[in-house]
Amino acid sequence: MSTNAGSPPNGEGTGRRLQLRILRYNPQDPDSRPHLQTFEVDEAPNMTLFVALNDIRDHQDPSLQFDFVCRAGICGSCAMLIDGRPGLACRTLTGNLGERITLAPLPFFELIGDLSVNTGKWMRRMTERLEAWVHAQEDVDLRRLEERMEPELAEQIYELERCIECGCCLAACGTARMRKDFVGAVGLNRIARLRLDPRDGRSDAEYYELIGDDDGVFGCMSLLGCEDVCPKNLGLQTRIAYMRRKMLRAAVFPA
Amino acid sequence: MKVVYTDVLVIGGGLAGLRTAVGVRRRGRDVLVLSLVPAKRSHSAAAQGGMQASLGSSAMGAGDNEDVHFEDTVRGSDWGADQRVVRMFVNTAPKAIRELAAWGVPWNRVARGSRESVVNAERITITESNEAHGLITARDFGGTKKWRTCYTADGTGHTMLYALGDQTIAHGIPVLERQEALALIHDAGRCHGAVVRDLITGELTAYVATATVIASGGYGRIYRVSTNAIICEGTGVALALETGVAPLGNMEAVQFHPTAIITAGILTTEGCRGDGGVLRDVDGHRFMPDYEPEKKELASRDVVSRRMTEHMRKGKGVPSRYGEHLWLDITNLGRAHIEKNLREVKDICEYFLGIDPVEQWIPVRPTQHYSMGGIRTDHTGQSQGLKGLFACGESACWDMHGFNRLGGNSVAETVVSGMIVSEFVADFCETEGGAGLSVALVREFLQREQARLDRLLHGGGSESANELRTRMEQVMMDRVGIFRTGEELERAVRELQELLLRSRNIGVRSRVRGANPELVAAYRVQKMLKVALCVAQGASLRTESRGAHFREDYPQRNDRDWLKRTLATWPSEDDTLPTIGYEEIDVTTMELPPGFRGYGARNHIEHPDTGARVAEVERILDTMPEADRFARQSALMEYESLLPEKYRGRNERLTERLR
Repeated sequence: MSTNAGSPPNGEGTGRRLQLRILRYNPQDPDSRPHLQTFEVDEAPNMTLFVALNDIRDHQDPSLQFDFVCRAGICGSCAMLIDGRPGLACRTLTGNLGERITLAPLPFFELIGDLSVNTGKWMRRMTERLEAWVHAQEDVDLRRLEERMEPELAEQIYELERCIECGCCLAACGTARMRKDFVGAVGLNRIARLRLDPRDGRSDAEYYELIGDDDGVFGCMSLLGCEDVCPKNLGLQTRIAYMRRKMLRAAVFPA
Repeated sequence: MKVVYTDVLVIGGGLAGLRTAVGVRRRGRDVLVLSLVPAKRSHSAAAQGGMQASLGSSAMGAGDNEDVHFEDTVRGSDWGADQRVVRMFVNTAPKAIRELAAWGVPWNRVARGSRESVVNAERITITESNEAHGLITARDFGGTKKWRTCYTADGTGHTMLYALGDQTIAHGIPVLERQEALALIHDAGRCHGAVVRDLITGELTAYVATATVIASGGYGRIYRVSTNAIICEGTGVALALETGVAPLGNMEAVQFHPTAIITAGILTTEGCRGDGGVLRDVDGHRFMPDYEPEKKELASRDVVSRRMTEHMRKGKGVPSRYGEHLWLDITNLGRAHIEKNLREVKDICEYFLGIDPVEQWIPVRPTQHYSMGGIRTDHTGQSQGLKGLFACGESACWDMHGFNRLGGNSVAETVVSGMIVSEFVADFCETEGGAGLSVALVREFLQREQARLDRLLHGGGSESANELRTRMEQVMMDRVGIFRTGEELERAVRELQELLLRSRNIGVRSRVRGANPELVAAYRVQKMLKVALCVAQGASLRTESRGAHFREDYPQRNDRDWLKRTLATWPSEDDTLPTIGYEEIDVTTMELPPGFRGYGARNHIEHPDTGARVAEVERILDTMPEADRFARQSALMEYESLLPEKYRGRNERLTERLR
């Protein structure tokens, strides 16, 4: 797929020749073994990893697997390990990296092939497990004025709603390495968001049932990895700490 | 042979597809959603600015209602829209937004009291009433008389998609990710589902359904530079085209958004201008008031995009190594506003341009953005040529946008059309039941698709899909863009035909049957070329200018000869051109007969029936001086009987309370 709309039309470059070392492995193919493969690309001004990877696939290896959708930092598809650190490849300018760049798939998630991982499958399961949707008390009459909400509260909810489920937080999480069912910052942030929302009728005791264990809010070791790598700069640790206090309270003083 | 049976198959996991699935599920039907990517990654997430619904709660929206929204939309469409569908839409939009509010979308709310705002580059004070406090607020967008665009900062699409994505899960609807429909299974004018390829394993499965809904978005990626996500390739629309019987409507109507950043083509929301940002040229001059004294930067998108291009042609563009551009200046909005309400824009500027839009101007130029055309449906969303096939959202020509859509009306359309069409789909399932279907037919379609793939993998073809695609994108950009001429369009059609012929000889180097990006590129470009030909050929034949379709050699809107919808079909696989037909748009039944839009050129050739209809409308209104707006509307054009029963009825506003 040709998608190099971001590269300069006249082929003008920066003079650097980039070496991209990419982890290759296709689990569908019984003969495939994980290995690093190096590709060379002439750097262009304002080149992002999105542009570089498409250049490789278009001109060097059509079998290279990776995911992009919005290529604008909005959808969260292209999270990968960039020189060992989880991040969104679409908005990573190669100019901010060295000439040798190492790319690997996001750990923790099921590998589809090369740099492509199955975050969607994991996120769906997490959402089902945490019942991470607004549990409304009753159906609303759509013809009537909506329920009012304080403007500041709407803004606070939006702050937590900005998560794009890219999976970077889980890839950077120590607990997630040890506990495969850990809901991670993405799940805990989701519950914090719902708890703030008056439209969700659930009590703290009910939230405790969902996240009041080591796979939930008590599993977090406060290593701060999630917050360090979150592309949306969500205040994840503050949220988790707050939820931990609330859940502790719900455990000690059940309603 | 793997076959899966369901009541309803939805192709596309964005807002339109998910809302359709939820609606059908609520009517007790089994439904499956197919999606190329995880649903929450759909292009719907990229809608930043907002969703139009005439709630009229905020001070600048006071007095808004369905009638004003209707009029703005019809004028925006340059009278190309189906006015009954527009009525269905504007009446359901407030219900859609209230439903999304109940599902958790944190819409920005009205805050009582006074605040500073920027309107027409001047600071003004806006005072919100006490009684509106806490209701959903709205911002300004192009082509609207009232501030009507409801929003969540500049992440509106994201919040809507997440609320709906989670509702889909709450309703237990399977969303099958990384699945691509290759062909519709059909027979004797009846659609029975689709042949689907698993993008990981390469396996083909037949999904057999009573009703099939295509909600696969637009076709922006047939152009070289587009604001669209890279999955918006128009291949869903091509599925209908390739049946040979389901027509596409108005494919030449392609919208260019005025303000995408160079070079990546990433969008900065219209909310930038709605909130008070202005456009400047190479001299720093704010030029839009020179062209559009009344609406300035907030004329409709087709007009602003053309004015920008016109201004650059006069030598007023800013030269850069990536070509010319203009400036979008939002510095006057202030840091606090930008960091709160235009944060995505700020992020995009920082990450992709390395600039801070609080202090620096943003380099922008018009870029392909939206597909008004799509699978032609009736008001229920059903294809006009293939029973059992439905379409909604951007992939459909329903048709509420005509030849140009207003900002904020497309995200609104996704959910509104999903609500409405899902009811008709459920009705269809009730009357049709499980249609008897021969196994032989399913096998035939599966085998045909398998043979096509095998031919690409092992046919010994020599053409490169990537090369054909790059050439197609460039032809569309250069010759089928904002300004069009007959000569350029004819050249485009010829070149695209050549590319289509060459595409029948594509070869693939990597012979992997499973995940194989090269194979995907190969079959998609064959479909995309057909879609591109529908756009180019439709544009070549339409010798007038209407909405986003602008012919320099025919600059007038010509209602006399061209007040009609273009229909494109592809009857035979051997064809190299679509078969083009037309469908008249009836002036004599219009609630709002054709006239001047209020912006852009005051220049059109009248339809012979317009005068009589204008007189009739006046006469009808004169006979009912005491009547309220609902009675007047109903006398001009009845539409409510077309809506599913559950979405009929008035919408409450502060100024229009329901008992």
